[in-house]
Amino acid sequence: MTDAPILEAHGVNKSFGPVHVLHDVDFRVYPGTVTALIGDNGAGKTTLIKCITGIYPVDSGEFRFEGKPVHVSGPKDVAELGIEVVYQDLALCENLDIVQNLFLGRERLKYGLLDEPSMEQAARDTLASLSVRTVKSVRQKVSSLSGGQRQTVAIAKAVLWNSKVVLLDEPTAALGVAQTKQVLDLVRRLADAGLGVVLISHNMNDVLQVSDRVCAMYLGRVAADVPITSDTRREFLVELITAGRSGDVGLLNAAEGV
Amino acid sequence: MTTIPASSSADEPKGALGDFALDSQRQTFASALADSRARLRAGELGSLPAILAIIVLVVIFSLSSGTFLTALNFANFLEQAAAVIVIAMAVTFVLLLGEIDLAAGYTAGVTAAVLALRLKDGWGLVPTIVIAAAVALLLGLWTGALVAKLGIPSFVVTLANFLVFQGILLILVKEGGSVRIENGVVKDIVGASISPGFSWVIGVLGIAGVGLMQYRQAQRSGAPISLVAVKTVAAAVLIVAVVSVLNRNRAFANAVAEQRGMPYVIPLVLVIVLVLTFVLNRTRYGRHLMAVGGNQEAARRAGINVVRIRLSAFMFCGLLAGIGGAFLASRVNSVDPNTGGNDTLLLAVGAAVIGGTSLFGGQGRMMNAILGGLVLALIPNGLTLVGKREPFGWEVDFGSSGVKFICAGLALMLAASVDAISRKRTS
Repeated sequence: MTDAPILEAHGVNKSFGPVHVLHDVDFRVYPGTVTALIGDNGAGKTTLIKCITGIYPVDSGEFRFEGKPVHVSGPKDVAELGIEVVYQDLALCENLDIVQNLFLGRERLKYGLLDEPSMEQAARDTLASLSVRTVKSVRQKVSSLSGGQRQTVAIAKAVLWNSKVVLLDEPTAALGVAQTKQVLDLVRRLADAGLGVVLISHNMNDVLQVSDRVCAMYLGRVAADVPITSDTRREFLVELITAGRSGDVGLLNAAEGV
Repeated sequence: MTTIPASSSADEPKGALGDFALDSQRQTFASALADSRARLRAGELGSLPAILAIIVLVVIFSLSSGTFLTALNFANFLEQAAAVIVIAMAVTFVLLLGEIDLAAGYTAGVTAAVLALRLKDGWGLVPTIVIAAAVALLLGLWTGALVAKLGIPSFVVTLANFLVFQGILLILVKEGGSVRIENGVVKDIVGASISPGFSWVIGVLGIAGVGLMQYRQAQRSGAPISLVAVKTVAAAVLIVAVVSVLNRNRAFANAVAEQRGMPYVIPLVLVIVLVLTFVLNRTRYGRHLMAVGGNQEAARRAGINVVRIRLSAFMFCGLLAGIGGAFLASRVNSVDPNTGGNDTLLLAVGAAVIGGTSLFGGQGRMMNAILGGLVLALIPNGLTLVGKREPFGWEVDFGSSGVKFICAGLALMLAASVDAISRKRTS
């Protein structure tokens, strides 16, 4: 926590026509830390993520990666920095197997042909290092996997490439209790391995369970960016989401968004 | 590679197959069988319906017609099937992307016309083939550009092309006319046969090939050697039977010369299917093609150039359809305004689907085109030989086009329902 942030957004503004979606947003991701990004629908979470990943150009503001100012102009630049996003729809090809999905677009070749044994072994190693032990075979098609297993494959795909920051968009939204626990364990392990993890979630229990920090957004502003301690209560987070303020933390005049 | 220290959380599932159990253990014969049975029950039927259909059709037709199982009819039937099979492989390329090419039949027709006209004008074989292939690729590029670059649905683009290409074909060969092919090589593709000795060589090569491929696949997937042996022996029996039937004299009783051996198209079609299967399974391009067919958005995010993949698939489709066109022309030694027309396209799409290639993209193999093509060639071939019958006092001419169309249509419908139902089960 004492480390410098690995990824930092400062004073980000973004408008869509007359609608001012992000107001001077500051956002930091620390290595080895799970930062929860919470907020109601329309608070600007997704817009912020899309600005970070270069999908939307920003109106003003600067981004720093590992302390150096960076300018990204598309998802490819972001991937090169070592930032990976796991979107809610996972972006897996159901007709392909786990190995094929993990290496999609970055296949290993040998004599110009697909090097299946090497990719298969690497896939097995990565999944094992993530303590994924529920998969019968890395040659299973994704269509035969459960929701939790698919989420795991999508996360594994993101960390297979020496990534330093992983952004997870509602990874547990569609999962049952046991699968949610598996995925949250995985999220925790990613941070313990030194990655900066951003967890977007609507589920306050998930947030409290695995996050070290929380960044709450309210009507396009950051209402609070605070560490989570054992004293942090669910109600505190809910008030930040719904009113932009809880006790003496939050926006001064939340109703006007100031 | 990121390595994350494994934590030993207490709630890992126990007892169940975890830890990539299937990857590390060699399967037994029984467990491999159980596995494929489980896959079938889950709705992954693959080409099984087509294989069953071939067996059922062969049994029915050989019981009801004395001539069906003769050497002459067997060779004839394979030659009928060849062109449809190759055009079906063409269509498979775009079906894998979830697209369709309704103009593939006339792409074949136009290419065949170019081939025939150049030869007629006295061009050599090589420049003729080059120009015909270029035309086929160009037609594919045209379709692909409209679909992939402009984003017009392939159904609409190729429906329009169906008319456009038909028009080009009509202009090329002149209405009501036809262009004869005199070139020996082109005439021999479908029609002439390899000597019986060489047919055996090809048969033996085929058996060795099947055995080697099965063995290598088993090495990777952990399938038992006994299964490899069973499959190889089955293939060997089939190949020996086919070659020995084809090596019998099938000329008519009063013919001057004997006619024996494997028609040239058989090894040609097999080489094409092998090359295409190799491209799909072992190259990066093939992997990307399957990915775009499965989930275009995922492929795009993985950095795959989706437009280029789609464009190239239509070009492959055009080129293969062109080869199919050469087969069509070779079979009748001429090109007319109906070459590649009539039911050619429908049979080709039908063949791919009956073989187990999905209309919804991402699912299918080149081999399926062969199996489906055989089914769709068996139906009219067998029905013609069955001829006029009187089941239950009704006089029905099974050899009539009406009955043939109805049967082929029903077979296609059946295949499409199997596809739809198995998709429901797997999703």
